[in-house]
Amino acid sequence: MSKLIEIRDLKKSYWREKLEIPVLNNINLTIDSGEFTALMGPSGSGKTTLLNMIAGIDKPDDGSITIEGQEISSMNETALAKWRANNVGFIFQFYNLIPVLTAFENVELPLLLTKLSKAERKQQTETALKIVGLADRMDHYPKQLSGGQEQRVAIARAIVTDPLILVADEPTGDLDKASAEDILNLMELLNKEHEKTILMVTHDPHAAERAQVLHHLEKGDLIKSDKKAVQEH
Amino acid sequence: MKILKLVFKNALRHKLRTILTILGISIAVFAFGLLRTFVTSWYAGVDASAADRLIVRHSVSFIFPLPSAYTNKIKTVDNVAEVSYANWFGGTYIDKSNFFARMAVDVNTFFEVYPEFLLSDEELANFKRERNSCVIGSNLAEQYNLQIGDIMTLDGDIYPGKWDFVIRGIYQPKFNSTDANQMFFHWEYLNERMNQESPGRANFIGWFIVKVADINKSSEVSAAIDQVFKNSTAETKSETERAFQQGFLASTGAIISAMNAISFIIVGIIMLVLGNTMIMAARERTREYAVLKALGFSGSHLTTLILGESTFISLLGGAIGLAMLFPFVDVFAQFMPKGFFPAFYIETITLVLCMVAVLVIGIAAAIFPIQRAVTTRIVDGFRFVG
Repeated sequence: MSKLIEIRDLKKSYWREKLEIPVLNNINLTIDSGEFTALMGPSGSGKTTLLNMIAGIDKPDDGSITIEGQEISSMNETALAKWRANNVGFIFQFYNLIPVLTAFENVELPLLLTKLSKAERKQQTETALKIVGLADRMDHYPKQLSGGQEQRVAIARAIVTDPLILVADEPTGDLDKASAEDILNLMELLNKEHEKTILMVTHDPHAAERAQVLHHLEKGDLIKSDKKAVQEH
Repeated sequence: MKILKLVFKNALRHKLRTILTILGISIAVFAFGLLRTFVTSWYAGVDASAADRLIVRHSVSFIFPLPSAYTNKIKTVDNVAEVSYANWFGGTYIDKSNFFARMAVDVNTFFEVYPEFLLSDEELANFKRERNSCVIGSNLAEQYNLQIGDIMTLDGDIYPGKWDFVIRGIYQPKFNSTDANQMFFHWEYLNERMNQESPGRANFIGWFIVKVADINKSSEVSAAIDQVFKNSTAETKSETERAFQQGFLASTGAIISAMNAISFIIVGIIMLVLGNTMIMAARERTREYAVLKALGFSGSHLTTLILGESTFISLLGGAIGLAMLFPFVDVFAQFMPKGFFPAFYIETITLVLCMVAVLVIGIAAAIFPIQRAVTTRIVDGFRFVG
């Protein structure tokens, strides 16, 4: 597997009035292409901040993030937006679907930024919904779906553009055990069969077990562990 | 699905709120349009003024008459193409509340200097032939159910006595702004009776209407006419018809200014109403905008979404307001006493102003929500709890 993400000397602090609160201290990390990686750690450890910076929705104070040879931390907002549209699929804890759009329309949303024709968009959207097992719920609105189904729609939206990386922030955090299991199975399937690189933030050790590589963060510092080590936790 | 579909769906997300906002805008546009129609109708007489007509009146006041003998002297002034005259008669038709202009005019020239009063050749010939005949506007004929051949009896006040006139013509207005609420009769008829009953008042007219040959020389002609009668017992004041009409309206200027101000205050109020709706909508969608930005949508996409929704609501409200305005103005014009306004109709400029107003409102109401949506960092948007 080739190196996909390279993080060097990454630093990030937040300011509360005049008080500097360090969130990430000199993070160095490499993620290979096709890897299913989990970021774990207690609240305030900096795992979501790290995920956001890898996904290009937050910027570091110092250091670099290089993804497939592109230094994203120095990109301007417009370039970063284009980069995200082409390279990143997002899966959120609370699904973040647009309530006035159907499942189909929600999944189609990222494709509106591409030059695909209507027929091509339709085909790609239907394929994504088939992969997540919701081909029969295309015309349903989010409020007509269960939490697990909403998250599946969100996953379909994340994969519809065939991005380089899938970033998932507590994807099972708002789901019951059975639904969480379904979502984790789906993510595993995307990783193994569709060779998606997945970066997941989770509190749940059971969810983290699905990852091939686990990185543990604590007070902004990174401790790398492998899958076996996770099982030992 | 296109971005515009999302704009439409967003606009209808809170149906009650959107409907109330649209209703508020439509009522405000309706009120704005109605006030503007009052204002423009008030000035219809000014708008109907011809550029090639001058009004020559007594220099002291409009109420003082001028000798009819001035006609020939005025004709001698360079660049004067035609001279006519008229005299305010006043009087009462049936009831004092029936107000409309009744004027004694020079039948040979009056309809030549006022070509916007459309009268058939036959009616004009009949009118000229019969001393006690009159011509009325089509609005008057409709209001009082008068036809050619009917007798109109006026009770004179400035010129006392009973005055009977046979209607020999009904003129049609050439333009929307042309006043079709007037009555004209022979000045000779009035003058004959003055000669018999009150000789001291005979051979005087109210004002002259002078048609100039070259409108670029109107001011020179005005000055030349006034110069002719300088140091006479009845000096004149000549001005363009427009200036003359504006002088009439000067006394009501404060009321009209207040109506103008109110109409624009209404625009300000609807701007705040829509602004409030858009701010609430954008605030509720802070997290969604963050999601869209994370997916790669740019500031211009969000601008399209918010601006599209805002202008959609304002334009729809404006369209409904205008749709209500047209029938209301028609009904209002029918029930309003004739003669109160020279003409009461919605001018093109009123429609343009209404449309520009709703467009400006739609854009202005979106500015703050756009600024907020575009500048809020994605990570802050995700943390937002509405």
